[in-house]
Amino acid sequence: MIFSDLLPEVVRFMISIAPFLLRGLINTLRIGLLSFAMGLGLGVVTGVLRVSKSRAASAVAATYVEVIRGTPLLVQLLFAYFGLPFIGIRLPPSIVSVLVIGLNSGAYQAEIVRSGIQSIPQEQLDVARSLGMRESQVMRHVVLPQALRNIIPALVNEFVALIKESSLASVIGEVELTRCGEYIISRTFRPFEVFFLVALFYFAVCYALSRLSGLLERRVRIPGYFRAYR
Amino acid sequence: MSVVDLHKSYGDLEVLRGLSLHVRGGERVVIIGPSGSGKSTLLKCIIGLVKPDRGDIYIDDVRVTDPKTNLIELRKRVGFVFQSNNLFYHLTVLRNITLPLVKVHGVPEEEAVEVAMKALREVGLEDKADSYPAELSGGQQQRAAIARALAINPRLLLMDEPTSALDPELIDEVLEVMRRVSRRGITMIIVTHEIDFAEDVADRVVFIDGGVVVEEGPPHEVISSPRERRTREFLRRILRKRAAAPRCWAVAPD
Repeated sequence: MIFSDLLPEVVRFMISIAPFLLRGLINTLRIGLLSFAMGLGLGVVTGVLRVSKSRAASAVAATYVEVIRGTPLLVQLLFAYFGLPFIGIRLPPSIVSVLVIGLNSGAYQAEIVRSGIQSIPQEQLDVARSLGMRESQVMRHVVLPQALRNIIPALVNEFVALIKESSLASVIGEVELTRCGEYIISRTFRPFEVFFLVALFYFAVCYALSRLSGLLERRVRIPGYFRAYR
Repeated sequence: MSVVDLHKSYGDLEVLRGLSLHVRGGERVVIIGPSGSGKSTLLKCIIGLVKPDRGDIYIDDVRVTDPKTNLIELRKRVGFVFQSNNLFYHLTVLRNITLPLVKVHGVPEEEAVEVAMKALREVGLEDKADSYPAELSGGQQQRAAIARALAINPRLLLMDEPTSALDPELIDEVLEVMRRVSRRGITMIIVTHEIDFAEDVADRVVFIDGGVVVEEGPPHEVISSPRERRTREFLRRILRKRAAAPRCWAVAPD
């Protein structure tokens, strides 16, 4: 009874705060898109270096991956925002959050790219080399176009995880979706409605992304491809 | 092309043990031998895909085994057809052929398409130009791979068991294309178990076993009256398999 009496009021309150949360959501999307793009660039370069014949390049790539993967994103954010000013590097939270989350995601995406590269049959590489392609051409024209197609689901997975992890940027004062919610709560003291709506917003974005992933997969699908390996 | 005293081991496994082979310009050589005898390794050594432990390979006057040799330049003149997975799955048949022409040989795009279409006509696949490899049968894929090898106008054509991965009913169409190609005067080295094909096409048959050349000579000698015991045993095994094949088909008619 009590709940049904309250319901119209709850909904009205949620609608009233939605525009503010939407601004936070847009900032979350900004951080998400920029850092994912940065991570993808880093990931492809690092993944390629990781499988390269050059020991040094492979070692550099491996070190990057291990260091990032071995430390919490929260600590990386805190270090970059509160630690780096001590050596004179002072950046606003909006930039630190994108750089740190992008750097973090790059390490994970590098491993995804590496697995994609290694899933391409050795014969495809031999064929490409036998045709006179340089190693860089083999990678660019033969390996990566096939590898990237195969890892789309894993990359979307990473993107979804990244959107949610970007909530950590709230600890350095970046007003993204979660921080925006906390803000509203400090004014209204209504955590139930606010966090519910925050969660709903995250879910809506992540669900839309998964659906988009299916679309993208179908778009770049190679006709008859899976028959080849049957 | 000459191969001199080639050695190659994978770990403890000695694949090539001092193999030597000379092939004259325009000659068609068929290599036969049991699996694991080093045939594929030999072909891969010839284009520098596998580095031999010892020994030398010369194509014309270029020493392939010299670390300073530009393998890219060498491979531009050599066509190679692998057993399977020849085509790049993300590209149409046409793009499979134009890619090396444009990116490796520097042929302008339109000219590359013309050359590719001509090569496809020669293997009877002009109507498949815009298909993707996975939409083709295994036999069509191998024919497309042959077309790609021909499109670069190679001086030397290497084929590593081009019909071994195929269903029996698809083998003939590929052999037919190979027969046609063999009349063009390109130097060819073909690894195959198709003895009839070897008899028809080869100027010389080379039997390899245990990483060395056991016996070589014109097909009527090596295939019809082999001198070595190992050659006889190998041929008997292969020919028995062939004799057994028609019976299988009689049991399972279409």
